[in-house]
Amino acid sequence: MILPRPSLHRRNLLAGGAGLLLAGCDKVIQQPAARRILFAGDDMHKGLQRALTDRGALAPEFRPDQMSPIFRANGTRDPGTPAYAAMVADGFASYRLAVGGLVDRPLSLRLADLAAMPSRSQITRHDCVEGWSAIGQWQGPMLGTVLKAAGLRRSARYVVFTCADLYNGQPYYESIDTIDAFHPQTILALKMNGRRLEVAHGAPVRLRVERQLGYKHAKYVTGITAVASLDGIGKGQGGYWEDNVDYDWYAGI
Amino acid sequence: MIAPAPDVARTGSPPGTILRRHALTTRLWHWINAIAFFILLGSGLGISNAHPRLYWGRYGANFDHAWAQLPRFPAWLTIPSSYNLAISRRWHLFFALVFAFGLAAFMIASVLNRHFRRLRLTRADVSPAHLAEDVRDHWNFRFHDADDPAAYNSLQKWSYILVLFVALPVMILTGLALSPGMDAAWPWLLDLFGGRQSARSVHFIAASLLGGFAVIHLVLVILAGAGNELRSMITGRWRVPE
Repeated sequence: MILPRPSLHRRNLLAGGAGLLLAGCDKVIQQPAARRILFAGDDMHKGLQRALTDRGALAPEFRPDQMSPIFRANGTRDPGTPAYAAMVADGFASYRLAVGGLVDRPLSLRLADLAAMPSRSQITRHDCVEGWSAIGQWQGPMLGTVLKAAGLRRSARYVVFTCADLYNGQPYYESIDTIDAFHPQTILALKMNGRRLEVAHGAPVRLRVERQLGYKHAKYVTGITAVASLDGIGKGQGGYWEDNVDYDWYAGI
Repeated sequence: MIAPAPDVARTGSPPGTILRRHALTTRLWHWINAIAFFILLGSGLGISNAHPRLYWGRYGANFDHAWAQLPRFPAWLTIPSSYNLAISRRWHLFFALVFAFGLAAFMIASVLNRHFRRLRLTRADVSPAHLAEDVRDHWNFRFHDADDPAAYNSLQKWSYILVLFVALPVMILTGLALSPGMDAAWPWLLDLFGGRQSARSVHFIAASLLGGFAVIHLVLVILAGAGNELRSMITGRWRVPE
């Protein structure tokens, strides 16, 4: 097959054009205005999902025989700080979960207090932002129960989770809004696959927010703070990854 | 000289005649979609680099059996060029909206302006003998029926039908199935593809097929006369070739 000369030339032009377009994307994202538009995609998806679908819809739950044989641990696998090591050493007897912010009754809950609350057990799929999924069983009190016990005020719009671990030297934190906070599958997991949570999976308390990606599921949770706005917390984007690596705050996509 | 719409020009248009080939909605969507597709492909390859393994079923991670271990896509193919999952996702998820709503708008417009009538299959389009002849014609660079040069040939119809009504909707549905929020809202998405990791595999396979389509499409545009074809997709005017 012999191609006429001009076609070859044009094909080179097309390939060159594609290369320029790719390089152009790197330039575009450096423009603050373009960045703002692109980063608004997160809010658009959240708005569309919330407007067009059932806000209370439950994430799919699975049967025990559908669980991953091995549930890989990711992110921090051991906070390794002296304070955390001391808690591990005493079997988390000294662990306290501080619930504060826009609440009428700030709480300081022991692990036994959390374990005494009515708990929910669910076998759900954990989706990492990287693309992999693992199915496991989680058990613990619903976050909504804890927030009601603390008397969440109407002015609260977000719930911020502070954690015992540092990630790249910075404190890990995450946040969700009250819609997800009161979702029945949003629990403070104390158990995984029928056993007390292991250190690698966030012992003693890990947030499960089943309709969002893995990085929202804060491990080693030590504090819950109800706030009206995420401004002034960390760098203001609502989480460690959102602040430092431009991940979407709404991770339901 | 501008001939009437192609449907009326059945009696044959001599070479050199200028026909109005593409409706405004088709041209608009073509270019919006071309940009969206290009960005989705580049950013998608960037996302793939975060976990370049594909699985079948509901779950799949490092300890599970992967049916495909993908190569690491090089910087000149990915958006952004240096690995950054967050920015790849920002590009991908923004242009996913452009792509999905663009396709929906084009579909509605094409039903209303009867553009889809041009894709209607005739008896010849499903006859193996005719299809074989069409393949031979393509091989000899004969792309147009002299009696009705503006009409789509059989292979063209089939590829546009498969792309428009199968591959592009599959991209959107498998993409939605990757969203944990949408899986809660529309669990049938998971049933349709047999689990999230299967949907991720199908998403990748369909994207590869569309990438192949884009390459063949560009080669054929060049072989059919890039200037004439490009103009017809910009101004709508297409000159009947010799």
